[in-house]
Amino acid sequence: MALYRREFLKLAGLGSVFLVTGLGTSAFAAQTKPRAKAFTFVQLSDAHWGFTGPALNPEAATTLKRAVDAVNALKPQPDFIVFTGDLTHTTEDPQERRRRLREFKEIVSALKVKDVRFLPGEHDASLDYGEAYKEFFGQTYYTFEHKGVHFIALDNVSDPAASLGDKQLKWFEGELKEYAKDAPIVVLTHRPLFDLYPQWDWATRDGARAIELMAPYTNLTVLYGHIHQENHFLTGQTPHHAAKSLIFPLPAPGSTPKRTPIPWDPAEPFKGLGFRGVDSLAAAKGLKLTEYPLKA
Amino acid sequence: MKTNLLALTMFLALALPFGLYAEAATALAADPIQTIRITAKKFEYSPSEIELKQGEPVLLELISLDRLHGFNCPELRVRADITPGTPTTIRVEPKKAGRLIFHCDIYCGDGHEEMEGAFIVKGGQ
Repeated sequence: MALYRREFLKLAGLGSVFLVTGLGTSAFAAQTKPRAKAFTFVQLSDAHWGFTGPALNPEAATTLKRAVDAVNALKPQPDFIVFTGDLTHTTEDPQERRRRLREFKEIVSALKVKDVRFLPGEHDASLDYGEAYKEFFGQTYYTFEHKGVHFIALDNVSDPAASLGDKQLKWFEGELKEYAKDAPIVVLTHRPLFDLYPQWDWATRDGARAIELMAPYTNLTVLYGHIHQENHFLTGQTPHHAAKSLIFPLPAPGSTPKRTPIPWDPAEPFKGLGFRGVDSLAAAKGLKLTEYPLKA
Repeated sequence: MKTNLLALTMFLALALPFGLYAEAATALAADPIQTIRITAKKFEYSPSEIELKQGEPVLLELISLDRLHGFNCPELRVRADITPGTPTTIRVEPKKAGRLIFHCDIYCGDGHEEMEGAFIVKGGQ
């Protein structure tokens, strides 16, 4: 069912890597009418604002701000920025949840790029069905267009059972039907839509239905978070790319008996943390993903 | 009716000493399967490690002590909601030996990610 596709090339001097994603025959933009224009955007994920745990990240109070500074230093600046969930770390106190969401929003308001899109993670939304999240960031699933590319944000976390649900799946099906099978589409979500490693709950309960709906689309890519590490996976012809976290890394799927976070390494601060640049290529094939490690 | 009852009583009185009782008792002993009670609360199962025998079915009685939790063991292809006040019973039969993880799949708070346990399935004789 699935194949890994890893075509990383070191970017000299930047310490970052990039990956060209998409199918060999699918020009991300070339087959589309009207033709999509080249642009870049940035994906950040799993900031967990409010987390405290010196053994995992003694710089938890500064990491998100460092990421904002790093994005602000990119040249050229991206067209827009997307956060794929777990903006905040969970709390059972509704007031504290709102305080963390508010602080997160204030911190990312320092981004130079003002077109910023948000998605919830289970830490933001699963204890109150997204109620507090919506107060600060609006709807949990939606679409937007950018220079001929269709973006669809899915919510697989407001239901604490990690389901998309019939209503959203019907909406998703309707949205996809609006597009040609070779239209450039990026699906954004928090949890993996496929069964990455169900033993660690790295899945979406009804994700198989979303996979089935996406399957016929030749230029559709899924970007997600949740697993605090890079991961690249194909279901049929649909590539799925997980982004690094901004708080602590997690072990590779099934590589350890438990999904215990990887401790902070004082010798290599911020190791395993980072964000992703995405180039939508108008003239070449596929998306180009550039991974930017967070640095001390 | 009375005649039938009398005949049955006489048959049992004569038959039991000759082994029919023993056969019935054996059948009764083999039929029930073991029931294992597992309680769930934030953010743990108790017991968290359970030994099972390969190919031997057991009933799991799942009880929540606080809030809604999930019970999911992908390798045994079972999952259930565990609602407080309503024990949930599921039957499992491990087909292969090994360590099979089960976890809560209903987000229940800070610590949810650590809410898991394991079946230690021992190979058949």
